[in-house]
Amino acid sequence: MIYQDSKTLLEIRGLRATVNGIEILKGIDLTVKFGEVHAIMGTNGSGKSTLAKVLAGHDAYQVTGGSVAFEGNDLFDLKPEERARAGVFLAFQYPVEIPGVANSHFLRLAYNTVQAQRGKDELDPLEFDDLVREKMKLLDMNPDFLDRGVNEGFSGGEKKRNEILQMALLEPRLAILDETDSGLDIDALRIVTKGVNRLANKDNAIILVTHYQRLLNYIVPDYVHVMEAGRIIKTGDKELALDLENRGYDWVGAEQRAAVEA
Amino acid sequence: MSMVTGNSYLESLLQGQPQLPPSPLAWFNQLRANAVDRAGTLKVPTTRDEEWRFTDISPLAKLSFQPLRGASRVKTVDVERFYLDEAAVRLVFVDGAYMPQFSTSPNRAKELGLVVTDLSTAIATHGVAIEPHLGRHAGFEHNLFTALNTAFLHDGALVVVPRETAAREPVHVLFIATQPEAASHPRCLLIAESGSSVTLVEDYVTLHEGAYVTNAVAEIALGDNAEVNHIRVQRDSIHAFHIANCAVSLAHASRYRSVSVALGARISRYDLNVLLAAEGAECTIDGLALITERQLADTHSSIDHAVPNCTSRQLHKCIVDGAAHAVFNGKIIVRPGAQHTDSTQSSRNLLLSGKTRVDTKPQLEIFADDVKCAHGATVGQLASEELFYLKSRGLSEVVARNLLTYAFGAEIIDRISIASLKHRLERTVLERTQRD
Repeated sequence: MIYQDSKTLLEIRGLRATVNGIEILKGIDLTVKFGEVHAIMGTNGSGKSTLAKVLAGHDAYQVTGGSVAFEGNDLFDLKPEERARAGVFLAFQYPVEIPGVANSHFLRLAYNTVQAQRGKDELDPLEFDDLVREKMKLLDMNPDFLDRGVNEGFSGGEKKRNEILQMALLEPRLAILDETDSGLDIDALRIVTKGVNRLANKDNAIILVTHYQRLLNYIVPDYVHVMEAGRIIKTGDKELALDLENRGYDWVGAEQRAAVEA
Repeated sequence: MSMVTGNSYLESLLQGQPQLPPSPLAWFNQLRANAVDRAGTLKVPTTRDEEWRFTDISPLAKLSFQPLRGASRVKTVDVERFYLDEAAVRLVFVDGAYMPQFSTSPNRAKELGLVVTDLSTAIATHGVAIEPHLGRHAGFEHNLFTALNTAFLHDGALVVVPRETAAREPVHVLFIATQPEAASHPRCLLIAESGSSVTLVEDYVTLHEGAYVTNAVAEIALGDNAEVNHIRVQRDSIHAFHIANCAVSLAHASRYRSVSVALGARISRYDLNVLLAAEGAECTIDGLALITERQLADTHSSIDHAVPNCTSRQLHKCIVDGAAHAVFNGKIIVRPGAQHTDSTQSSRNLLLSGKTRVDTKPQLEIFADDVKCAHGATVGQLASEELFYLKSRGLSEVVARNLLTYAFGAEIIDRISIASLKHRLERTVLERTQRD
């Protein structure tokens, strides 16, 4: 939701990034204020997932130009774990499976690390168990998932729920949801998006990276950005997403090229 | 017993072994005599033998052997820390000798409907049940160490689970090394009759960190529909030699699950031979070697799909630190006509230092055409995607690395069904994998 006089949370200016020497992001500009929900849409290969990973600090991507300020501080001064503790959260498109690490142990470790950073009390296993079970109810998750290895043998939908469960526990300032809708059936999509909507408030912001408009029926964006070839080529409101759904992506690119030539 | 081997190294290995009295059973005496003959003609394997290419056991030849002193010095307090709370029945052997004072009474097993006793007693009372199995599964024609073990057959563990009997609590067979420069030849025979189920813990521990030789043989026979859970833990001294052969035979629709964990020994070699002898049989074989310094841990497994419609699953993992060396050779045989075989094998190796070495070799010999066989091997460092995932949740590099290294081993340890043993081994993995 757009709030009057809301402060800027994230300021991206001219961001360029490469992977294996190939430039994927070719000058991104994006401003996200507290309370806002931004959708970044685009075809496969447009660079939207790369943007998500660069913001989270994945070391396969090299930042070659531009700047990103997070609450006024240079994001690139921070290692991935420091970004997480500062309030950046990436819900992965393909969360990894980590057999041998109990999900409950992992969740508590992450929770306590972030709590400690915020000067709050850490929870012992029993206290944490109460908290996590309560959060799991919101996502209609079976408590059995606590005893299993992290994402081990989870279905696609269960993995996505586990991501949003982490978001609910860590209460990030900036949540970047990378294709969270992919692999979800309609019931799971409803539950997951309900969970996200409950977490959205005036003290945080959400960036939704998605290929399809479907997700935006459930989480209503304030802004919709279209990415193509490493740039944001069009920004609009939620109506733009519907246009994309009806007309595809080609017309946006054509419109933009025409504007450049004119 | 006298033994002519024509091999000075073997002569020394044989020194100190107690003179074995003849048994009243002719077949038993014959078995031992055959093994003695065979041991005399087989040579100590060298790295020129294909099966021993990566494992040089010549340091074994430099070890001198002292006569066994007898186990009377061992106190209860020394051994009881190895006991498992969950185990209903326990057999304890010290330097190969059966110790009734540390073992549960044979009556305890009887109350549970089981036969759990030492072999030398059992030979007299259960000779008919033993004869078709003892020395029949673990062949010694081409295996010097099995031949030696069989030549010295005397004490050992016998577990019989009668038809349709479910042993609810595990049976713990504990072999304790107490004497440096000693050689022991532990032996286990498990007969799981049709429709029975049991969990067997085969456990090798030590009271000292000196050099000695453990040369173990286990034979496990599963009847129709039987289910055996076999947990094997090798925690021998860091200077010990541990050589072991295990042979498992599965009858119709029987299920064998094993988890073996190798932590100790300067040089260890474990040969596991599983014969899927009748349709519908299934085996799941998981292994973990966690080694450091100059340890060498070698696992050779062979899973023989002799008939159609059997399933095998294998996951073998090594965590290798220091200048240690891990070897895995996983043979899968699918015999002609063994259609609808379903087999997977995975060898995963984690290197924690730059001076380690891993030799891993899947060896598939497939002679049937309608089969599903998948295998794979990885050798390397921690997966960067897993590290990034953990760091993206706020965990520091060190915490993330430690957690993943621990998890790599814990994936196998978690498959151990006995809580107290699992927790003990989890602690060991934790202690050995965590860095500052």
